[in-house]
Amino acid sequence: MDLQIAAILFQDGIANGAIYTMLALGFVLIFTTTRIIFASYGDLIALSVLTLHALQSGRLPGTAVLVVMLAILVTAAEAWSLVRLGEFRKLPRAVSTWLILPLLPVAACFFLRHELPYAGQIALTVALVMPIAPLLYRLVFQPIERASTLTLLIVALVLHYVIAGFTLLTFGAEGVRTAGSVTGQVDISSISIGIQVIVFVLVATSLATGLALFFSFTVSGKALRATAYNSEGARLVGISTRGSAVFAFLLAGAIAAIIGILIGPTITIYYDSGLMIGLKGFVGAVLGGFVSYPLAALGSVLVGLVEAYASFSASSYKEIIVFLSIIPIVLLRWIGARHDVEDEEEPA
Amino acid sequence: MTMFAMVPSTTPHPQLLRATLIVTGAMALAALPFALSSFSISLLNLVGIYALAALGLTLITGSGGVTSFAQAAFMGIGAYTSAYMTLRLGLSVWIGLCAALLLVGLCAALMGAVTLHLGGHYLPITTLAWAVAAYMLFGNLTDLGAHSGIGDIAPVSFFGILLDRPERAFYLVWGVLVLALIGASNLLSSRQGRAISALRGGALLAESLGVNPFRVRLLLFVLAAELAAFAGWLFAHTQSFVSPSSFDLNTGLQILLMSVLGGIGNVLGAVIGSAAVTLGRNAIQDLLPGLGLNAGTLEIIVFGVVFILLVHYFPRGLSPIIEKLLPAPSGDDLRIIDKDERLAFSRATRLEDERISVLSLRGIGKHFGGLAAVDDLSFEMRPRSIMALIGPNGAGKSTTFDLISGLKIPSSGSVTFLGQTTTGKPAYTLIRRGLSRTFQHVKLRPKASLIDNVMMGAHWRMRAGFVAGLLRLDRAEEHEYRRVAMLALKEIGMDENPLALAGNLALGPQRLLEIARALASDPVLIVLDEPAAGLRSQEKQALAKLLRHLRSQGLSILMVEHDMEFVMGLADDIVVLDFGRRLAAGNPTEIRNDPRVQEAYLGGAE
Repeated sequence: MDLQIAAILFQDGIANGAIYTMLALGFVLIFTTTRIIFASYGDLIALSVLTLHALQSGRLPGTAVLVVMLAILVTAAEAWSLVRLGEFRKLPRAVSTWLILPLLPVAACFFLRHELPYAGQIALTVALVMPIAPLLYRLVFQPIERASTLTLLIVALVLHYVIAGFTLLTFGAEGVRTAGSVTGQVDISSISIGIQVIVFVLVATSLATGLALFFSFTVSGKALRATAYNSEGARLVGISTRGSAVFAFLLAGAIAAIIGILIGPTITIYYDSGLMIGLKGFVGAVLGGFVSYPLAALGSVLVGLVEAYASFSASSYKEIIVFLSIIPIVLLRWIGARHDVEDEEEPA
Repeated sequence: MTMFAMVPSTTPHPQLLRATLIVTGAMALAALPFALSSFSISLLNLVGIYALAALGLTLITGSGGVTSFAQAAFMGIGAYTSAYMTLRLGLSVWIGLCAALLLVGLCAALMGAVTLHLGGHYLPITTLAWAVAAYMLFGNLTDLGAHSGIGDIAPVSFFGILLDRPERAFYLVWGVLVLALIGASNLLSSRQGRAISALRGGALLAESLGVNPFRVRLLLFVLAAELAAFAGWLFAHTQSFVSPSSFDLNTGLQILLMSVLGGIGNVLGAVIGSAAVTLGRNAIQDLLPGLGLNAGTLEIIVFGVVFILLVHYFPRGLSPIIEKLLPAPSGDDLRIIDKDERLAFSRATRLEDERISVLSLRGIGKHFGGLAAVDDLSFEMRPRSIMALIGPNGAGKSTTFDLISGLKIPSSGSVTFLGQTTTGKPAYTLIRRGLSRTFQHVKLRPKASLIDNVMMGAHWRMRAGFVAGLLRLDRAEEHEYRRVAMLALKEIGMDENPLALAGNLALGPQRLLEIARALASDPVLIVLDEPAAGLRSQEKQALAKLLRHLRSQGLSILMVEHDMEFVMGLADDIVVLDFGRRLAAGNPTEIRNDPRVQEAYLGGAE
């Protein structure tokens, strides 16, 4: 490996790292507010790519069907729990939040899909994929919000199979790549940098900065932080922790959609590719213990670099090396941590 | 009232019923290959193999907050190792088995050692990544068929009998499974089983009983992995074919589904869960082509939806149903103590030097961010005395308690117990030094009997390890400490029905039971966290009487308590905390007359 190849691989690694960093943002956002290690997060990315591809080919994306089904199920569940509590006055709001709002992009998709420009396709993809995350939360996780972290993780992982199975039914088994890849180089003195890398890094840093600003300067952001810090305490001062959770999932859904749009032109995505993408992002987030944004980002960049160099020197073992790097990462985490006894009682 | 009156008169029947059940079950099992088709038998063989892997999870998930997504991966490592040994090196299947167990054991020990110190969810997460890596590794083994797998793996030969047909292999698979079930069931009712149960009650409980959570979880994780390795070996040599897809993450999750479905309360759950999943999958595969759907697609959707619904509506799986069907645990003979025999407090009475302080805190502090929960707190405790720690809400009593019992690490200062510094020592080492505690929110194992709960207190005094528990080599020791536990129950006046379940007691008796558990550890000092909270007036009087009696037996007692009347009538010394600092210290009369205490409690409204 000469220096030039090393430099190219470094760029690849940074590009991967930027993607994994965005994933890690989503993981940390969701974990801190809900204790859910959202292992099926990558599926939203795969859905985003498949949706954009369908829109580009003028077809109705299967995502629309998924959103409709989820919205109906969630609205039914929500209405049922409101009726049981006798809170009929809250019904219209529940219907507009959980049914009408998610169905707007579906309707847009139904009527406009043939005449959309590229930017419109992207916007519609985000609007379609984003609500899936909070809908899944409301349907699958909210009823078991008090379950142990472990149970939540298991459910999140199992959810992948349901989503992937559904994606297979609606999108088919074919792999897709979206159009609209960013190519070209920028030469700065003697080093040439791919524009794609620059775009990835820019999007990742602006997302991270945006989140940081949001957390520091907005009421909803502060409510999310309060929930993450101590959900019991947040509830006591009048913050709706469920509202925070829905909001965190919504943000994470948007991030996933954006990731899908970025990586769509660069790799072929199949109905079940989400798991692998998600798990790689996951490995990086472990360094931050799913709670620290900066450490998660650092871990993600490390994983991206490991993947890039491994794909050059041992390409068929690339993924194995990435996944096994979780062991040194956990070791690093262990060295950094000194804990009081944690307590989580299991049900009898 | 004597013990003898309380022994249930039906004692022999459950044992007889149990024996009959076992014999009939075994005979029915042995007859199956003659009754069923070859196809059904090979399906049953798969049920048995997966049940073995699921049994590992039933054990490990029982230990609180830990599970493994890598059971299928460990099966795969076992299967591939043995396949390599027999196919490529021409060695015997038994050497293949040893190699499989060795390799899987090493992998599991390494993963566990790295991740389990971190507690919580790091082990499951690591097994997840590991499971994916192992699956990909199998696909890269070009010498063993890479992605398409490899066949012609030799069947097991058992004393010259070649187990090459499903009907023959059936006896091997189910024989191994039955032995494993017996071993697991023995383990769960042994000292280590009680440690596992304590760990399910949370790390706080486990550590306070002298159980090292790391060690228990590590051993269980390795044991679970070894069961999976055994299952993988059986898989390779009964199916004679291995391919990566048999050991992917999906399979790992299906094994997890089996153990969740069966429930973690009962070892039989693993078998029932495995049967339900394996046969259910087979039914789906038969049914679906007729519906014009890809079987694989619907299989994973059905599997996922069933799993999620199960967690929502039946988090304990089928185990409550299994428990109802099984005969109640046989009433062991508990006429094991004499009428006037009393519990001996050997360490407390042996405490020679009356002048040395039992417990002393020097300048201890605990800060959470900028907030000092406890600040520069010092006090000494005389031996054979009752000391109370009081203070308004938020005064730092509970934090002080956690600092004394080693659950929190102080930011400054030191704790000395019987002349030895305990600051920074792991919490689970304190009980063997003579410090035993109870909890403000009672931590008992509700599904365990009174005597089993009390025996948890004697955990550190006992020796039996995993192997002794599996093979039931621990009987003499068990008998000895059942006596200790009965005597401890007698101290609190609850020795009449030792097999009742702790979860069925009212709060008062539960608090007493926690004290009995502490007594079974042969303590020098017992530390009680709000022992009178929620008790009725009569119960408080009984508690005070018990504590005075224990003091007269040489025990030292430290308690955090809100109930002033209770404290004033009982304590020898009182330390008052306010805002994490020591406000006053002295005997009840001095405290009662201290203006600062009055102000802290009554807001100065004299």
